[in-house]
Formats: sequence, structure tokens, C-alpha cells
Amino acid sequence: MMPDLGAYATEVALAYILSLATLTLMILWIWIRSRRVKRDLADLETRMNRKSHG
Amino acid sequence: MASLWEYANPVKFMKVSRWLTPVTALLAAATVGVGLIWGFFFTPDDFRQGSTVKIMFLHVPAALMAINAWAMMLVTSLIWLIRRHHVSALAAKAAGPIGATMTLIALFTGAVWGQPMWGTWWVWDPRLTSFLILFLFYLGYIALWSAIEDPDTAADLTSVLCLVGTVFAVLSRYAAIFWNQGLHQGASLSLAPGTRMDWAYKAPLYISMTGFGLLFLALVLAGTRTEIRNRRIKALMIRERANA
Repeated sequence: MMPDLGAYATEVALAYILSLATLTLMILWIWIRSRRVKRDLADLETRMNRKSHG
Repeated sequence: MASLWEYANPVKFMKVSRWLTPVTALLAAATVGVGLIWGFFFTPDDFRQGSTVKIMFLHVPAALMAINAWAMMLVTSLIWLIRRHHVSALAAKAAGPIGATMTLIALFTGAVWGQPMWGTWWVWDPRLTSFLILFLFYLGYIALWSAIEDPDTAADLTSVLCLVGTVFAVLSRYAAIFWNQGLHQGASLSLAPGTRMDWAYKAPLYISMTGFGLLFLALVLAGTRTEIRNRRIKALMIRERANA
């Protein structure tokens, strides 16, 4: 299944592994930050609603 | 027909992006997956470049999106400066780190390809240099957003920075044409007559480029949603402090 990359196997593998790792890190960072901010907003709105309703 | 400006309303934007984000994310995952798997596993070696031609399926889409992300930031920054729509400023802010990542991937894959093909990781070639400067502009843009407390002032200053950086985004795109020197070749895909890329490479490259475009769109939508929520948190906290 793995293609024969010949003399340039290291370069091609390095390009794919590091690029995909960078993309994955960026996606994870955006996803984790999105979840955290969403949760913080929900907590804040709940707290403010409780306060306003006594 | 609905006006585009409707989406400048955060409520409307949140409503539409709620379903649009997962749809584009799924399409992006499918197209990036197909493009890269096809490019890596099922394309033949090039007669001159050997297997390093497979790096093109990462390098070209990443470089394309690095420039297009800045173009998108330019448009949204202009909308902010002219019409003061907060969603457009926040969309530009969300696009910054994604564009920087695409630029980094383009620089890195270019260096890894250049080492065996040109015999060097790096040369101060016009296109490479302007791309490096574009990357530095991305870092400066992200840093400027973080450095300024007031969101409207931050949006104003980053928009101006974006206008200045556009010079380097344009240079990154056209440097190989402006200066007929340096090692970097011309456009990989061109309508001009001459040597044409075979469809064995062109098909996965087009799919990969579409995938990177969709990935950028999905991430910008997700990032903008986060920025809108973050801004609401800040507004509510100010209100809470005022009421205390």
C-alpha cells in the first residue's frame, strides 16, 4: 500500500507528517478554544440570570 | 433576495453559521482526505522531481490559502473600516492564525522540497522572501489584536496593518512574474500556453485546493463564532460590574 518514495522518502514523509501535525494542532486549538468560550458564556449567562431573578 | 449585509448581524450570523460550520467541516475533511490520499498514494513519480512531486499537493493549496486568507482579511477589514460591522472585524481576527498556519506550511513544505531539488533549504528569492515577510505580517497582526484592550481600536489598527501587509500578499503571489530572477518557478497551474501539468497530478491538486479552501472556510466560521461569544462575555462582564 505504501508507495515507493525512492531516494526522497525522508523529505516527502517529513513534509506530510509535519504539515498534517500542524493542521491538526490548529484545528484542535480552534475547537478547544471554541468549547471553552461557549462554556464560559453559558456559565456567565446562568449566573446573571440567577442574579436578576433574585 | 436577502442582502449580504444581513450576515453582519451577529444573531443572524450565529444562526446561519450554526449549520454551515459542520457542513463545510465535513466537506473539507472529505475533500482534503481524498486530495491528499490520491496525491500521496496514487500519483506517479515525476520524471524530474521523482516522488517529491507529492509535496505539491500540500504546498500549492497551503500557499494559495495563505494569500487568499490575507485577501479575505483585507476585504473584511475594509468592511470594518467603511461600514463598522463588528462581525467582519471578528472574521478577520479569526482568519489571522489560520492564514499564518497556511503560510508556515507553505514555507516548510517549500523548504523540504527545495533541499533535494534546488540543493538548498532556503534562498533569498523574491517569492520566498515576500512569503516570509507575509508570515511576519501574520504574526504581527495576531500580536496586535492581543496587545490592545479596546476591541474597536484593535480592529482599527489591525485593519490598517492588513492594508499595509497586502503589498506583501500581492508580492507573494506575483513575485515570480515581477522579477525574472530567483529559483522559484512560475505558477503551477496556468492558462497560458506552454507545458501543461498532466491530469494525473492536476485532478488531486484541484481536489486538495478545494479541500484547503473549505477547511479555511470552516475554521474561519468556527473562529468567528468563538470571537462573537468572547465579545459577548466581555460585554456581559462590563454590565455585571456596572450593576454590582
